[in-house]
Amino acid sequence: MTSPASTDSAPPQLSAGPRPAQGPAADEGLARRLRALACTAPLHDLDARKANLAGEYSVYGMAEIALAAIDLVTLNMDFDTGADHDQIVARLIPRIAAQAPRRPAAEHERVARWVLENLINVGSVDRGFRAVYGVFGADGAYVRRDYDFKLIEEVPGPGGTVYLRTTDEAVNVLVGALDTDVTSAQIAAEVKLEVLISRGRLADAQLAAEQARYRTVQYSETLRRALDATRRNVRAVDWLAAVPDMIAEALDHVADRYRHENAILTNIRKARDESEEPEHKRRAAELVDIVKDCIRRHTQLQSRLLEAGPLFRAEQDRQAFATPASSSGTDLYGHLLAPLLPLPLEQAVRVTDTFFARGTGLRTPVSVRVADLVDILLTPPVEREHLGAEMPDPDLIATPDDNRFTEEQLAAATALLELPADAPRRLSGLLAEARCQDPELPYLVALLAVHAASPPVGTAYRQGERRLLFAVDDGVELDDPEFGGADLIVGTALLDAAGMAADRTEAA
Amino acid sequence: MSVTEYAEWSEAEPATAPASSAVTPADAADAARLVAFGLQPKLQPARDQEYADLLRRYREDPPFARLADAVATGLGLIVLEVSPRAGMAVTAAEDSVFAVRMGDYARRTSADGGDRFLHGLAHLAVAVMAFPRPEDLADDGYIGRVTVNGVDAFVRQTCHRLEEQAAEQGENTDPASDAPGLETAWRVWARRSATGATKDARRLAGSTTGIVAKAVTFLTDSGFLQRTGDDNGGTYRTTARYQLQVRDLAGSAALAELLELGVVPVTDGTPTLLPADSGEDLDLVADAGLPFHST
Repeated sequence: MTSPASTDSAPPQLSAGPRPAQGPAADEGLARRLRALACTAPLHDLDARKANLAGEYSVYGMAEIALAAIDLVTLNMDFDTGADHDQIVARLIPRIAAQAPRRPAAEHERVARWVLENLINVGSVDRGFRAVYGVFGADGAYVRRDYDFKLIEEVPGPGGTVYLRTTDEAVNVLVGALDTDVTSAQIAAEVKLEVLISRGRLADAQLAAEQARYRTVQYSETLRRALDATRRNVRAVDWLAAVPDMIAEALDHVADRYRHENAILTNIRKARDESEEPEHKRRAAELVDIVKDCIRRHTQLQSRLLEAGPLFRAEQDRQAFATPASSSGTDLYGHLLAPLLPLPLEQAVRVTDTFFARGTGLRTPVSVRVADLVDILLTPPVEREHLGAEMPDPDLIATPDDNRFTEEQLAAATALLELPADAPRRLSGLLAEARCQDPELPYLVALLAVHAASPPVGTAYRQGERRLLFAVDDGVELDDPEFGGADLIVGTALLDAAGMAADRTEAA
Repeated sequence: MSVTEYAEWSEAEPATAPASSAVTPADAADAARLVAFGLQPKLQPARDQEYADLLRRYREDPPFARLADAVATGLGLIVLEVSPRAGMAVTAAEDSVFAVRMGDYARRTSADGGDRFLHGLAHLAVAVMAFPRPEDLADDGYIGRVTVNGVDAFVRQTCHRLEEQAAEQGENTDPASDAPGLETAWRVWARRSATGATKDARRLAGSTTGIVAKAVTFLTDSGFLQRTGDDNGGTYRTTARYQLQVRDLAGSAALAELLELGVVPVTDGTPTLLPADSGEDLDLVADAGLPFHST
């Protein structure tokens, strides 16, 4: 008799004792972790689903590609827009190619696009993810809830283009613990970088520099939003204290960082040039790129900061000095939109429906007369020209060749000016020689020589030319029947193409 | 027989108005002509001599004005204003043949409450952006400017604020899986993608910018907005008609509906879009162009 009684009483005891949740507080932490976990699910999902793709894709580490994609998008999120879709794909491909070098390049690109599209979740109408999790509510009832999140979102850019941005969820969960005070974190990272470089520990220095760049991106993002809103509505933000303070702070920040990063740049360049070890050299070169990118972002930020003041004054003139209205209208935001949004969907939709019904104006209904209807129905459909209207043949007129000199003359002049590097010549001699060939040629030679007096050094440098024609005036007067001026010394300078190429890559 | 009956009846209609005895069929035709002009909302009085003449007659000849009003009322129209700037500003009364129905406006809206809400909210948000301050709505000379991306960014930021507030209060706003109708309204907008790449480079219709773009295009066809440029997904400026429509009809109707739901927005009449309290961060969304500090 006792044993059945004990079994009867056992279940309630069990359920009362180790209740899965000790109230809402414990469950809240659980919910938070469940959400964080949910953010990683799409990545695991990629690896799980790759088997379903047509083809043999198991060699690819999809989660790795996805994380790399999120890193790339975060890094390329620009001041104005976001990361370009095709650019991200292009930058992902080397990693994918490294995973399966024997596969065709088209497949690599396909994998990159597949991963990126899945991170956006192109198939769903929200273009996001939803995870369902269960928690105990305050009243002890178990509720299943939907958690909606996005990893990479598409944002509108200028000119109707679409850019990619990583969401806060992706940055927090997947990029790393970036949810820290931007300024202090940045200073810490840079101090660390300097120390590391001075000790020659470039591997660690690169890590710190990359972190610094993440922070720089975050910082400019915050400022961008503040500045744009300031520009649009004077009353929107506090121009008495908050915004000027912020701008001053940001300008200080830019000046400070700029100095700092230039110092770092000099240091790393030195480390790079002095280092004997190729691996060191390579790492230092990468660091140079990263720091340069930081400097570029700071410069961009600074130009925005300088625009803010004039914009404020112009907007103030436009907005604040208008004559005040006598009566007051409905405060659409305060009376309608703000109270509406926190309502449950069922109720909110009634208000928006009413606004829609009364706010859209009128449409004149289309009505058809029976007589017209018969005509319309009996009219055979107009055959659409598959190729469109015929293009008229363009009426081409041969334009007369109005060049002063012919191609042959140019070739002759160029041949004449092909001087050996160690034997420059006087212009007078060149002109005399040209005159023997063709009475027109001296004009062209003189023209080229005068141009050579100011040789296009910059262009030659950029294009990596090996030789460059130059002309120098040493004071001797030109004695020629047709031309006057200085008897230039015309010569050819040999350029150090290899050295220039090295310089160019550094400057870029 | 039936034809003549019909003709008599249609002529008799304006005559039912409390017009003076001097009304002739020609007057009725003119009044109806004026209403017909009003039914073409994109037509500007300044561009049409006959329209301008009829408008002047409406203002100078009270019996004619009453006749025109009666024609409009009989057709199921509400006269908002008759002036040289707005023309014969008429709009559809509820259940009128001229009324726009949500089901005709966008597909999916009848099946999906979320989409229905998004389309309605887009229209409300365009009005909020066009007339951010109460003075703007009251001031007849005010011309509002909206951009498609700006409207989306604004709503998104407002939603973001609410999300933050909810998080501060420790609320879990994730909706219960089996009761989508109880999901808070802002979440529906927040979780919908802002834009999206499509195969043919057109705007993704289901995205929030797509929904806003549909709203402004529709309002442009209604003569409420005029397109001024392509920046930020399309820029538009408001017309006098839109201001009248929002001020005299849509705003108050929606407010009444809100009150019926038991939500009483308490404000002291001062604008609610104000500078933030000091100390609050300046984390505002680009292009939104409006402040988001309402307390």
